[in-house]
Amino acid sequence: MSVTPPPPSDVVHSEAFLRLLMRRQLKLSVACAAAFLIVLLGLPLANYYAPELMATRVAGFTLTWLVLGVLFFPAVWVISWIFIRRSIHLEKNEVGQVNQQREGRA
Amino acid sequence: MSVLAFFGGVDPWIFAFSFITVVVTVWMGFRSAKQTRTTSDYFVAGRSVSVGWNASAISGEYLSAASFMGVAGMVMSSGYDALWYPVCYACGYLFLLLFIAGPLRRFGAYTIPDFAEGRFDSPLFRKIAVCFVLFIGFFYTMPQMKGAGTTLAYIFPGMPYWGGVVLVGAVITLNVALGGMKGITLVQAFQYWIKMFAISVPIFVLMAVYGSYGSHLGANDGRITPGAEVPAVVQTVGEDVQREPLATRAPADKGWISPFGPLTTKAAKAAGLSDEEARPYSLLYTYSLIIALVCGTAGLPHILVRFYTNPDGVAAKRTTMWVMILIGIFYVFPPVFGVMGRNLLPELYAATGAKGTDKVVLELPRVLNSGGGIWGSILSGITCAGAFAAFMSTFSGLLVSMTGALAHDVYGRILKPGATPAERMRMFKISAVVIGAIAIVLGAQVEQLQINFMVGQAFAIAAASYFPLLFMSVWWRGMTMTGAATGMLGGGLAALACTTVINLSDLKMIDLTAFWAANPLLRILCEQPAIWTVPLAIVLMIVVSKATATTTPEDIRMKMLVLHAPEDLGLKQEYIQEHTAGAGH
Repeated sequence: MSVTPPPPSDVVHSEAFLRLLMRRQLKLSVACAAAFLIVLLGLPLANYYAPELMATRVAGFTLTWLVLGVLFFPAVWVISWIFIRRSIHLEKNEVGQVNQQREGRA
Repeated sequence: MSVLAFFGGVDPWIFAFSFITVVVTVWMGFRSAKQTRTTSDYFVAGRSVSVGWNASAISGEYLSAASFMGVAGMVMSSGYDALWYPVCYACGYLFLLLFIAGPLRRFGAYTIPDFAEGRFDSPLFRKIAVCFVLFIGFFYTMPQMKGAGTTLAYIFPGMPYWGGVVLVGAVITLNVALGGMKGITLVQAFQYWIKMFAISVPIFVLMAVYGSYGSHLGANDGRITPGAEVPAVVQTVGEDVQREPLATRAPADKGWISPFGPLTTKAAKAAGLSDEEARPYSLLYTYSLIIALVCGTAGLPHILVRFYTNPDGVAAKRTTMWVMILIGIFYVFPPVFGVMGRNLLPELYAATGAKGTDKVVLELPRVLNSGGGIWGSILSGITCAGAFAAFMSTFSGLLVSMTGALAHDVYGRILKPGATPAERMRMFKISAVVIGAIAIVLGAQVEQLQINFMVGQAFAIAAASYFPLLFMSVWWRGMTMTGAATGMLGGGLAALACTTVINLSDLKMIDLTAFWAANPLLRILCEQPAIWTVPLAIVLMIVVSKATATTTPEDIRMKMLVLHAPEDLGLKQEYIQEHTAGAGH
């Protein structure tokens, strides 16, 4: 197959760095996904257990129609905006950290 | 004489707008194709343009006939439950962004087969992944063909449904075979703005004349019942809304506007269950539909490619943000057509196939003509132009990726690895014609199926095959080639089998009515299989990977680093150098 990987001399290639990296990013993604899934999977449950409440009329719309047909989209924008900001920040931190450690060794 | 008869009943405005869209699209495709010759040009095209253009292009490629025509038609026929489609089409993109887009972009895999090969060092796995490009592709082309047939049958009232399918299919296939209409950023971006303009402007005019979105929904309060003879004016939220008599086949107001309506209760109702008994079945149906649509977005073959036309990671993320906004705004409008169509154009309920609710977007603006004048025709011409933009861009995008899969992977790598460039070029043209012809034949069969429903099926197959593959390979290093392949094939083929059975039975090619009536649960699990096929695929992947743990790629840590470390660390370059130096496959 392919060559054996070089010995993990550099901090970037260490097992610890990879674990830290993946855990941090996965944590952010899972947190954002959880916020999104609570709304997405919660709405059918609300429709199921509180049909009268969800059928309340708001300016002609039923409450559940207003949430799903209109308000859902801005909510998703907010989640993705937060995710993008945080993940850019996270990457900058990681790069900064690695550069610092590399300089420290040199 | 016969030509005159053919053009009889054709509205000149509608014809003119549609014709101009087709000609401009074909012309732009050819012009751009001349300027970009190599594959890398094709992929890099987006790198010279701004975030705004690129986001428009991605959105333009994403919004197909299902989004443009199907959503409105399904909201009109099924009501609230159909709203899950536009919402999940948009939200699926968020899932893609959270879990898959970033790592895949860093890995530099442009397509799913590229990724499959790179992640597992296995050309064999690439071939398996390619087969699914074709399966999902065909399921996704059928609704585009239905959109084409429906639109042409509307523009030329004398034309049969299959005539439109053959005509549009042939034009696009020829175009792709001759080298035009590749996924050029400019053309796709232009098509997004046509679609956005075409879906929003008529709605604003209609709302100004006939009352707002809210008041039209408010008018559905049970005062008009299906089968009533006379039109009525219904007063809601301070506005009067005109309602035409509802056809007997239309669902009643309460079931239509509330969750768990006709779409999700159909199977349980066919089994003779009461409203209360049917509710758990509807909930199950709804969840399965949500899973299929949200997970399936990540696996559509023509979507991921577009993600990489960005100069760097930050621009890619900004682009995605704009894509979410652009498609989100778009998806607010199609349901409005469905709601107003129910009140103003209920005669569509009585018809089926190409004359049914799937054409509400095209026909609704014409009600403005009843007050005299030509504005209705002009606006209807604009929505027809949007419909053309929708199915032409999606069909040609799919045709290019499917033809590429067949010519490059199946022929160039499996059947005849030593083919010369000239042979490959010829094969690309032959493949385009073969795939186009199959798509036309399949498309001609599906007049009775709803556009949106068919797209949902393509999503369900993608959700059970590509989504688990991408998600698990990116986040779990223990994944092996055998595990990935077993899971993808297991989940994907199960979903494929279910959807095929459902389609054959809905098209009355096999008769399962009695069986479905006796087993409503099986019918739902077959019609919306994602709720069990996605977990099945993931479980298979984990179990088989554990069993074959010795075969994980040796340089898995490096691969995971390339997938997850920030691009600024430059690991990708290092990986490529090592890889080309080491193995020679």
